[in-house]
This record gives sequence, structure tokens and C-alpha cells, in this order.
Amino acid sequence: MNTRGHFVIEPQKGWQLLDLPELRRYGDLFYFLIARDIKVRYKQTVLGGLWAIIQPLFMMVIFSLFFGNLAKVSSDGVPYPIFNFSAMVAWTYFANTISFSGNSLVQNTALISKVYFPRLLAPLAPVIASLLDFVIAFVILIGMMLYYHIYPTIMMLFVPLLVILMILTTGGIGMFLAALNAKYRDIRLTIPFLVQFWMFASPVVYPVSMIPEKYHLIYAINPMAGIIEGFRSALLGTVAFPTQMLLISTVVSIIIFIAGAFYFRQTESYFADVI
Amino acid sequence: MPNPIIKVDNLSKRYRIGAAERVNKTFRETIMDGLISPVRNFGRLHRLTSFKNGDERDVIWALKDISFEVNEGEVLGIIGKNGAGKSTILKILSRITKPSSGRAEVFGRVSSLLEVGTGFHPELTGRENIFLNGAILGMRKKEIEQKFDDIVSFAEIDKFIDTPIKWYSSGMQVRLAFAVAAHLEPEILLIDEVLAVGDIAFQQKCLGKMEDVSKGGRTVIFVSHNMGAIRSLCTNAIWLDDGRVAESGPTDKVVTDYEEGQLEHLKESSYVVERNPEDVKNKSFYFSRVEMQNEKGENTTLFKYNDKIVLICDLCGEPGDNFSPEFRIYNELRQLVATGASGAFHGKYFNKTVKRAKITIGPLILTSGKYTISLSVMVNQDRYDTWENAIGFTIVKCQPFKVPYEMPTHVEGVCIVDHTFSSME
Repeated sequence: MNTRGHFVIEPQKGWQLLDLPELRRYGDLFYFLIARDIKVRYKQTVLGGLWAIIQPLFMMVIFSLFFGNLAKVSSDGVPYPIFNFSAMVAWTYFANTISFSGNSLVQNTALISKVYFPRLLAPLAPVIASLLDFVIAFVILIGMMLYYHIYPTIMMLFVPLLVILMILTTGGIGMFLAALNAKYRDIRLTIPFLVQFWMFASPVVYPVSMIPEKYHLIYAINPMAGIIEGFRSALLGTVAFPTQMLLISTVVSIIIFIAGAFYFRQTESYFADVI
Repeated sequence: MPNPIIKVDNLSKRYRIGAAERVNKTFRETIMDGLISPVRNFGRLHRLTSFKNGDERDVIWALKDISFEVNEGEVLGIIGKNGAGKSTILKILSRITKPSSGRAEVFGRVSSLLEVGTGFHPELTGRENIFLNGAILGMRKKEIEQKFDDIVSFAEIDKFIDTPIKWYSSGMQVRLAFAVAAHLEPEILLIDEVLAVGDIAFQQKCLGKMEDVSKGGRTVIFVSHNMGAIRSLCTNAIWLDDGRVAESGPTDKVVTDYEEGQLEHLKESSYVVERNPEDVKNKSFYFSRVEMQNEKGENTTLFKYNDKIVLICDLCGEPGDNFSPEFRIYNELRQLVATGASGAFHGKYFNKTVKRAKITIGPLILTSGKYTISLSVMVNQDRYDTWENAIGFTIVKCQPFKVPYEMPTHVEGVCIVDHTFSSME
């Protein structure tokens, strides 16, 4: 008898976090869900993959116009467009992904109610799939840096760490929103508003230096603040590497990821019943 | 030594059915309702997944203390009315939803087929959907690659394999979905009513495939309303009624009992009809009562293909001359299916003193469905009385051929005519 497939079905009890062997068994499905997300995202659009660049670029132009030129917001000594775009790359990833992720269960209602698979794959697939957009935008960012004669330094080595923190934060929020959304559809309507609000709570259009020094550590409880400031420092070298802020952001983003996964796992047993 | 591969022990599942929406009468109520509804809605949504002890009014038990075992290689049928909990069992065993109490143990790789084409994405090509759907049903990528060519040829869509399936006809989409499902090779297969889709030929193809599966030593749990399919495929069956096991055991016994239970229920539809006095106020000669029986003289309104109907008609009043009763049979599509007339067809006229006539109709070569009979009586050339839709009957079983399918009127036509096929050299 095949013990690999042996499982017990019981009412949910106790704490669950990640069932790694189970996730590994469904690795192929995860792969196909990610592939689907990537293939479908820009299907039947004229501009296709260009949208990955257009979104952050267009926002950057608008912000440069209003915050850079008109409001004369400080940009830590570099031209405002590059100052803003270095934040837009990570921000666009975060904003788009929590929206995709948060709606992932509701969009896959047929799947949830008709087949079994580890439910975590649904909100996590967009987290991985959106990385492609991130990479494309990142390449544009490097191009812009060269245009402004800002050359990458050894600090670039911090980028992978920042990307990991960005994924953890996004994934955690995504899982949390997806689980809530399964029961309370208010979440679907809240996400756009949440994203707007969160952007102004992060140093996207303004520098961290605008925030009084004594509030920096509280400010860093928003992990996107540390992450975005980290990107600026690592790529543009405008400010010293925000070690303290990033330490807090690291802790918070890990907590967010674990809490998101935990909440998701605690509630997933009723998804099929209420969705 | 039988080897239980699925053990189900006191499994129960409850659902809370959402409270009915309120209807607002006035503008003011609507406004007030808009202001206070968030609080109420939150309570309603929150309560969906929280249960207090004790039975509450809007809680229903979809399953209550279900226990059974399935041995390796067994094909188990689950039957019962709609809402009896059949699908809920499959959902729990395939881990889509959790039970409220009790437990089940499963030894083996499970695939469930509660629907075909689950997860098909219209924007993806046939090829991409085969891989996605295969993975959703639990296949590994390598497995799908090996079977890819078989799937494509089974679905007969070779030319369109790289076209997004939104351009496929719905028939092509169903074929593709079935092709993927048919190539699953799990140890345990849970199937819900998939055979209900498609035409007879396609159902036959799927049944054949299922027979292969069960002969291949795999364990199958099969939920269906198609008693013929259950009989021919399953060794054992469980009859669920209202979330409980009403009976379980060898298929023939359970299905027979189930069908009889159903018939008991249907028999209540009246086999004796008294004429409404309003109908016959100004009539001098008319039908006053009709009674339906089978050949054995038992009262019933349910018949099988090839059965005979016996109608006992009571007549009232004075015809003045010899008379001829007639009947017409209509099907549920209100098509006139058959007629009979004593005088016009057979030259047989009843003596004017006769007060009771017996009409024997059949053998009924009708397809399964509901029928009504209208009665009328002729005296000389005058129609003295017509009783529209006097009484109804149902053909509950029409399986004249050696296939386990019902032949319903809306699919197979009004009747079955004898026919043969032979090849000519």
C-alpha cells in the first residue's frame, strides 16, 4: 500500500503553519499556476508586457511633475525622476501583487470549491509571477541610472536581501487579505484604497529625511519604508544604508509573513464553504 | 482478506444557510437600513463559520454520523435524492472542505472529479490548459507529458491545440476536459455525476472508461442519479437520505430498495380521480370517475416500458343510444402521442345501459417521462363529453436495450420503435 498518499481527515484543530512536504508534492501545480498568471496577465492587450514598464514609468512622470517640479519636494540630491523611480519599482510590485493576491481566492472560486490543493498556492502564485514585472522594471531602472550617470556600486549586493524582504512583506499581506476576502468581500473594495494610503505612508514620493529623525524607527514599522529606503541607498547612494530601519523592517516583514500564513491556514478549512 | 482503503467514522458536516435578505418597504427604511446594515451584515458573515453548541434554526446537517469502509478495488455507488449529502461526502473525502466532526482515513492518492474542466482558463491554449488542468487534478508534469498525445487524440482537437480555448466550441471544450480527466490514474477516484454531461454516445464512452478503471483494480466512489450506471458499475452502494445512511450493502439490493422508496413516494399521486361537478353541470352523459391500475389489478400511476395500463371509467347520465369511449395520450411536451377509440377503430359500441368501461392500453412503447390521458365519449356522431387531462401516469423506467440508460422523452423521442441493424455484403 502506498503510504505516501495516506492522510487523515478531521475537523481542524491546533495551529498550522506550513506543511512543506505537502507544498512540495504540489510543486508542479504551483509552477503551472505561476505560468498561468504570467501568461494571462497581459493577454489581449495591445501593449502586452510593456505594461510592466508603463505603469511605474507613467506614475513616475506624474509624480515628478507634481512633487518634483511644482511642490519642489526634496530628492536627496539626485534628479527627482530617478529618485522616484527607484522607489516605484518596488512599490509597483507591492501594490499590484497585494491586489492580485488578495483577490486570488475569489477569482479561483471554481478551483477552491471543486478540487483540493494547498490553498496557499493561490495567493502565493501572484507573488512569484509578479517578480517578472519587477525584473523588467528593474532593468529600466538600471538604464535610467546610467542615463543620469549614477553607477552601481558594491552596495548593489544588498538588493537580493531587499527583494527577499519585499517578497515576505507582500506575501504576508497577500495571504492575509486573500483569507479575509474569502468571507468578507469588503476587502476587494478596500484594497485600492489601502494601496493609496500605504503609498503615502512609504517614502515613494518624498525622502525619509523629511521625517523627523526621532520618528524614523517608528516609521520603519512599515516594512516598505525600510525596503524602499534600502533600495535607494543601495542603488543611488544618496543616503547611508539604513541599517537600523532595515533591522526593524526585517523583523516586521518576517512577522507579517508568518502572521499572514498563520491566519490563512487557520481559516482555510472554511474557504470552500463560504466562498 | 479485504483491505480497507477508505475508512469513514462518524463523519458529520453542518452548514449555516445564509439568512434571508430583508425587503425594505419605504424610502426611509432603505436609508435607515443602509446605516445599520454594516453591523447586521458583519454579524451575518461572521456567523457563517462560527457555530454554537446546540442546534440553531438556520443550521443544517448535510451529513450526520456517516460511517462506512471501502475496500481496495471496490467500486462504491452513492445514491440518494438531491440534497441528501452525496456531494458533501465527496468534498470531504477529497479534502475540499473539512468535516464538522468525526474522521476519515484514506490510504492512497486521491483524485476527485466533481466537475470536468475545473480551472480551464479561456485565454490559455489547449496545450496550456491540458497541463494546468492535469496539474489541478493531481497529475505530475512528467505524467502529463507522457500522456499528452493520447489526451489530444482522445479529444480530437489536434489542429487547435495551440489556439486559446475561448475560440473552441463548447463541445470541443467538453471533449478536451474529459480527455484530461480520462487519463487520470489515481489509486482512488471520486466521481460526481460527470456522466450527466454529453450525449448517449459520449456517456457510453465514459462508462466504458470507468469500467476499465475499476477493472484495473482501482478504488472508485461514484455518485450518480443514474441507477442503470450504478447497477452496472458498482459492487456496493450506499443510500443516503437526509444526511444519514439509509441503507448500505450490495448494489442490487440497495438500488432496488431505493427505487421502491422513490415509487412509494410517487404513488401518492392519485390513481383515482373523481370528476369535478362544475365540469359536468350541463352534461347529460359524462365520465364521473377514473381509476388507473396495472395488469395485475394493482392501483398505480407508474409504469415501465412495455407495461400495460388498465383504466376503469365510470360513466353517469343517459346517453340515449350506444356509445363509444375514446382516449388520447399526451406527453409532457404536450404532444399528442397516441389515440384510441372503441367505435371508430374497432366498431365496438357499448350498450347504453353500461355504467363502467375498462380500457386496456399497451404494451407502452413510450420513453420515460410524464404523460396525461384525456377521455371522451361519442354517442352516434356527437361528442357528449371530453375530460381533458383526466389522469396522469409516469413511465419511470425505459430501458429496452442492453444499455443501462434511461431513455427520456426530451432526448430519445416520443417512443421506441423496434429496429435491427445488419451489415450487407
